[in-house]
Amino acid sequence: MNPGLINKKPSMSRNQILTFAAACAGLALLFVFDSTLDSFTLQIFKLCAINIILALSLNLINGFTGLFSLGHAGFMAVGAYTCAILTMSPEQKEVNYVLQPIVPWLAHIQLPFLPGLLIGGLFAGFIGWLLGVISLRLRDDYLAIATLGFSEIIRVLLTNAQTVTNGALGLKGLPRFTTMWWAWGSAIVITVFLVFLIKSSYGRAFKSIRDNEIAAESMGVDVFGMKVLSFTISSFLAGIAGGLLAHYLTTIDPKQFIFLKTFDILLIVVLGGVGSITGSVIAAIAVTISMEALRFLDGPLDLGFVATSGIPGLRMVFFSALLMVVVIYRQQGLMGKAEFSWDALARIGLLPRRGPKPGKGGL
Amino acid sequence: MDLQTFLQQFVNALSLGSLYALIAIGYTMVYGILRLINFAHGDIFMVGGYLAFYGVTTFLMPWWLAVVVAIALTTIFGVGLERVAYRPLRDSPRISIMISAIGASFLLENLAIVLFDARPKAFHVPDFFAANFILSGVHIASVSLIIPVVTAVILAVLLWMVHSTRVGMAMRAVSTDIDAARLMAIDVDRIVSITFAIGSALAAVGGIMYALKYPRLEPLMGIMPGLKCFIAAVIGGIGSIGGAVLGGLLLGIIELMTVAFLPELTGYKDAFAFVLLIVVLLVKPTGLLGKNQGEKV
Repeated sequence: MNPGLINKKPSMSRNQILTFAAACAGLALLFVFDSTLDSFTLQIFKLCAINIILALSLNLINGFTGLFSLGHAGFMAVGAYTCAILTMSPEQKEVNYVLQPIVPWLAHIQLPFLPGLLIGGLFAGFIGWLLGVISLRLRDDYLAIATLGFSEIIRVLLTNAQTVTNGALGLKGLPRFTTMWWAWGSAIVITVFLVFLIKSSYGRAFKSIRDNEIAAESMGVDVFGMKVLSFTISSFLAGIAGGLLAHYLTTIDPKQFIFLKTFDILLIVVLGGVGSITGSVIAAIAVTISMEALRFLDGPLDLGFVATSGIPGLRMVFFSALLMVVVIYRQQGLMGKAEFSWDALARIGLLPRRGPKPGKGGL
Repeated sequence: MDLQTFLQQFVNALSLGSLYALIAIGYTMVYGILRLINFAHGDIFMVGGYLAFYGVTTFLMPWWLAVVVAIALTTIFGVGLERVAYRPLRDSPRISIMISAIGASFLLENLAIVLFDARPKAFHVPDFFAANFILSGVHIASVSLIIPVVTAVILAVLLWMVHSTRVGMAMRAVSTDIDAARLMAIDVDRIVSITFAIGSALAAVGGIMYALKYPRLEPLMGIMPGLKCFIAAVIGGIGSIGGAVLGGLLLGIIELMTVAFLPELTGYKDAFAFVLLIVVLLVKPTGLLGKNQGEKV
């Protein structure tokens, strides 16, 4: 259903106007939210943005490149710790490192948030590149279990490197740098970057590997190089999200980054649709909000016929059951591989169509 | 380190390794037949432990009856899980089945937190298992001897079953080529159910013995042993029962011996298995006893 050449131009410009209007409306909405929401709601709103980045980065590797990686928690941890250690003030470091003092070359470093965040992301990307070169020759479930192993190794290293990471005690009292603008700004920049990446020749190469690796290789795609590239970008983004998360929570410890954290992100990706940016964004927001909204499930319940006195954990039962139901009955999730576009909206009748429908000789 | 300490550690390592081996067999059989990492296997192991616990405490059964009932119920549970979570996806892409397995594991853990309570429970160890005797200066809990014996018996029975019975022949056929096996009039669904039944029963035995060795039940207790035993299965060569036992023993011995000889590495204990896994995958991806299978176009 590609629009013909003749009406492509006007429809493009209409789409551009719509995109511009939507961007302005989005920015205005963010501004309104930032100034009117109470701090609790705003925290959840920020978490939505961080989860969008996490879901997108996992989707890049799992959905678009077809490599089942379960190592995301590890890359988040690398980003979070790097960013946190680089941005903490020397006094704060002294307060934190009570068991053993921090190594001298890190003790007096204090960077602003942006360089800290970027270095955290780059370091996570570097680790991702390294592990990718080692493990991306493996396929399917072997890759999944190897990446899961890497993320656990990273966590064990973080727990034991007392003089660098403060071990199991974690880092407390990080500055609350992750404002609404930082969180959503990063999420928007990364979403736009990924949209362009997927549309580029790199994105097509990723998708060709997902659809048929052997065919892609015979068409001249550098399969291994592309896999490593996708893995590296994905780890970089996970590192950025980790840095944002560290300065959002203001407290981090290695236990937060056990591999179950990867499953939480996987839940979002699967619900949204493996291989859809739109799906991941929508699902990240929906899951984050409903995780909070369904908190009542953990408290006392009165269903009329049965009353409980608070069962902690019922909320997670709901989400894991939802994951199972989606995988079994609707594998494509919310969006499948489809993406949002104005033309798609027009096709389902939410926007007026422009001009006669091409390809059918007009209506 | 003197001989006595070495023997002491070796007995511990042997019983831990046998325990790993027992659970690894379940992974390797399911993987051999369905090419599926049954992520929920570790949670079935946890269910087995809890069922035995409730059999003794709530239903006041004698311990041997509680063990038998727990193994039976866990077996039914495992077969049911396959039917609900894996069978509908048998022809789907492998990633979908794996996500389903992860979802099942996630669901079981969370259900266990709701039903069994997140607080750890103390498992009552019958005197028969708790008995401690000293053999030329080496303290041996009887459970440490019972575990390797049970594993050896189960291994012998399984090897006999797989290599000398009709069901075993059908299993080997399904694991070689599931479609060809179906054409040979093998009821694939039945064979898969039997495999899950054996795997879950072994997981239950493993869970109960684990609880006898470390008498503390937690809803998330299956995760780490589950992962490690999968790794043991991969190290030994996934799909091979002997390989799973070898991998399990090797992993248990390496884990405890490294800690015994190099105590400063104790904090890294949980990482050994993963490091070993990655080394094996890079050097010999088919595992120690695995057969090489070429990639088909």
